[in-house]
Amino acid sequence: MKNSDILTCFQCGACTGSCPSGKYTSLNVRRIIKDSLKKDISDHPDLWMCTTCYNCQERCPRGIKVTDAILSLRAEAARKGHILPAHRVVCKFLIETGHAVPIDQINMTKRENIGLLETETVRKYPKALKDVRKLLELTGFNGLIQE
Amino acid sequence: MKEYSLYLGCLIPNRYPGIEKATKLVLDRLGIKWSELKEASCCPAPGVFRSFDQNTWLTLAARNIILCEEKNTDLLTICNGCFSTLVDANNILKNNGDLRVQVNDHLKKIGKEFRGTIQVRHIIEFLDKEIGAKMIDEMIEKPLELKVALHYGCHLLKPTKERKLGGAEFPKFFDGLVEATGALSIPYEGKNSCCGAGGGVRSAMLETSLKMTEFKLERIKKAGADCIVEACPFCHLQYDSGQVELAKAGKIFDVPVVHYSQLLGLALGYSFEDVGLHLNATRNPGFESKIALLQKKDASIK
Repeated sequence: MKNSDILTCFQCGACTGSCPSGKYTSLNVRRIIKDSLKKDISDHPDLWMCTTCYNCQERCPRGIKVTDAILSLRAEAARKGHILPAHRVVCKFLIETGHAVPIDQINMTKRENIGLLETETVRKYPKALKDVRKLLELTGFNGLIQE
Repeated sequence: MKEYSLYLGCLIPNRYPGIEKATKLVLDRLGIKWSELKEASCCPAPGVFRSFDQNTWLTLAARNIILCEEKNTDLLTICNGCFSTLVDANNILKNNGDLRVQVNDHLKKIGKEFRGTIQVRHIIEFLDKEIGAKMIDEMIEKPLELKVALHYGCHLLKPTKERKLGGAEFPKFFDGLVEATGALSIPYEGKNSCCGAGGGVRSAMLETSLKMTEFKLERIKKAGADCIVEACPFCHLQYDSGQVELAKAGKIFDVPVVHYSQLLGLALGYSFEDVGLHLNATRNPGFESKIALLQKKDASIK
């Protein structure tokens, strides 16, 4: 964990108390911050229960970028292969179509019914989609999400 | 006024095209010069992609920003998620030379370069700053006497140090725009709480995300709101489709969900169908007749 400002955490728990997900799940942000200083928590399922609402970061009396720290921990987890199946699907959509949520037939029909033309996105421009795919290859994203 | 590039992202064109249509109608009526951004991809979404790999997230975001730089227009988004990614990426790349070099190294291979010449705008802060609630109020043809439960959505406001749109505990500017349509923005418990969709939680843990949605809906219902208003298609999806999912477990709320572009469209005299609200998954006939009545009532006065 490279985020050195979390060393100033004094474990007050404002993060946990502000967490909308923690009301219903086992996500305990204070504990995640504490544990991340001592050990590798890449396989911890709670990392993925954060909605990234930023309440913890906003209210931290130490000004620690708590949500950003969770994002870094997630990146470390992803690099070690801890990627949830549903997230892998979203990543594959991005690689295939340039969209995390691609169009489907139902929504094509909805568009036609309200007089909207085809979307002007990468979907319509093959060269643009090719560029997006090339970038994903270059950044190593394709390799990252391989099972 | 200068021209803006309308960036639609994924959810609006591909899941809630009604929001796209309403936005285009409203921008034209307000006299804003805009054109749709061509060749854009996913922003990419801050929840999953920013979590996985910052470099990929920044590179793809930079490509979308560059499409605007090439047109010499600012980017206008109508989604909190796209705003979060594109405004953050734009600021990071403008201020961090090392990351900029890394990202441009990739972009060079598709013949592009991030230069940092444009601004990223979200429709709500854009309307607040560039048009103003007072001007909108004066343009309204059909004042909507509705009780609105306003949901700002997390990424419009936070992180506040980055967004610089004021505090996140008691924000006001969006309420002002809602009230400019003739509606009343009512207080409710948990108003600034998350809808539950973000961070990849909806896609991977639907039930967990819906618990947060239920928390909100219970309080919105109790406060007696006619509808929810937001300015993010992901919050829109979470509340709208989320109610269908919650109904399967016997939890019925029947609260209509309205993007601000759609609310403004109704107030400017466009019909329920014009602004694509008939495409929502959660339909409430009582709300629909109320809108029809409000629009008729005003027409007869004139």
